Amino acid sequence: MLILENLIMKYGSGDLALNGVSLRFDKGEIVALIGPSGAGKSTLIRCVNRLVEPTSGSIDVNGKNIASLKGTELRRARRKIGMIFQEYALVERLTVMENILSGRLGYMGFWKSWFRKFSSGDVAKALNLLERVGLSEHFDKRADALSGGQRQRVGIARALLQEPDLLLVDEPTASLDPKTARQIMRLIKELCSERNLLAVINLHDVGLAKMFSDRIIGLRKGRVVFDDTPDELNDTILTEIYGEEDWSGSADKKKVSAQVREHKHMESMDYALAND
Amino acid sequence: MPLMKRNGAVCWVPRDSKKQLVIWFGWFIGIMLVFLCWQSISAKTMWVFAADAPEQLRLMLMRMFPPKLEYMDKLWKPLWDTLNIATLGTLLGVIIAVPVASAAALNTTPSKRLVRPLAMVILVSSRSVNSLIWAILLVTIVGPGILAGIIAIALRSIGFVGKLLYEAIEEIDKTQVEAVTATGAAPAQVFSYGIVPQIMPAFAGISLYRWDINIRESTILGYVGAGGIGLNLSSSLSILAWSQVSLILIAVLITVVASEWISARVRSRLI
Repeated sequence: MLILENLIMKYGSGDLALNGVSLRFDKGEIVALIGPSGAGKSTLIRCVNRLVEPTSGSIDVNGKNIASLKGTELRRARRKIGMIFQEYALVERLTVMENILSGRLGYMGFWKSWFRKFSSGDVAKALNLLERVGLSEHFDKRADALSGGQRQRVGIARALLQEPDLLLVDEPTASLDPKTARQIMRLIKELCSERNLLAVINLHDVGLAKMFSDRIIGLRKGRVVFDDTPDELNDTILTEIYGEEDWSGSADKKKVSAQVREHKHMESMDYALAND
Repeated sequence: MPLMKRNGAVCWVPRDSKKQLVIWFGWFIGIMLVFLCWQSISAKTMWVFAADAPEQLRLMLMRMFPPKLEYMDKLWKPLWDTLNIATLGTLLGVIIAVPVASAAALNTTPSKRLVRPLAMVILVSSRSVNSLIWAILLVTIVGPGILAGIIAIALRSIGFVGKLLYEAIEEIDKTQVEAVTATGAAPAQVFSYGIVPQIMPAFAGISLYRWDINIRESTILGYVGAGGIGLNLSSSLSILAWSQVSLILIAVLITVVASEWISARVRSRLI
């Protein structure tokens, strides 16, 4: 359903964000992407809907190569790819309803959308989704009047109103408390399994990834270094993905962290003086 | 550089001595300039005339008082014209400024090489010419009257509104725009859903502020024949009718205060 082949993304500075990523995803999978900051997780999912332009490689969605599309064709493809963002990315000064209905923009003309003339079918679907994510009574509030968890629910409803074939999710829980984070992850998982949707989810929190995904992909420096079920993820592999760290969390914590800190301190001081 | 080793210990200073020296030199030049300017001003002032300034001020105020209230009958029409020049001029200016601003903003311009510089030239040339100069030029082109005033105000407003607006467009939150783009919306829809709501408060504030300025500016356009109350001011001054001048100044003052009050009210409603 989604096939990435030898995807390469090089920034203008010459840094490789993606260094030849080849992956294959199936319908109904919940896939978590983990890896340190700068490993290319965000770049990878942003390449799929071309918010970021890949340097080379192919992105195949349902047999169509997204990487080569332009203009209207690209917009047609985008409306079948829902996206949920890290900081919710709601249009703050629009109402909840306007935000959700903006998921239909790809299906309507400019003047209809300018005058907010959404079809009654779209409005009914939006209200259904609003009820499903538990925000029915907030439909007329402005987005900036909602709490973090509520905003992310609006973001989810907006993405689903597109009636997408797959869902790209970028750090959905990064600014949420642990309880809300779990609720949001559970909601995404439920909604995806109801619709048999593929979801590719970037996560910082390895615990959440193990809890909610069917498959975990580990990225390091733009390369896939792990791709298996959550059960196969162990400390050795975490070290391979993130680098040396104490993963057990039970060993003599103070001693280890003090050693690490001392080491880091010396390094940065040498660095500063070397650049003097 | 900030970090250095001295006697084996690492110490930190905010600037190195070279930068410090440059800063002191800058201050030195600045202070010398102030002295030089003061000297030149003082040499070119005729202190004999300046000496009786308080007396002159007293005489002028005496001639101005009391204001000739009957003259007000002849002021209503030019005052109304002044308001119309300011309002219609602002409206016209804002309508032209919106597309120019979106062509000038880095994140919305259709082409950085061609369209953006062109939009910048429009904005800069509009701002570099004072309304009064625009009015003088326009009176010769379209003839004296309100129309020249409206266009002069509009031309000056394009640069002001356009510059502030394109800065507002460049400062918007990119992720909101990304999110609308990701739904498959067309560029015009991305603009209306992702950008317009974000710049609305700035847009309203800027337009009202310019309207406020334009009311003040339009009171002098009549001086060069572009309609409004300025014409009465210039004729009253030329016949030394100080009691009429004072009435005009009071009328302008009241209008400006009223317009400030209105714009403050509207702005607080909109934001």
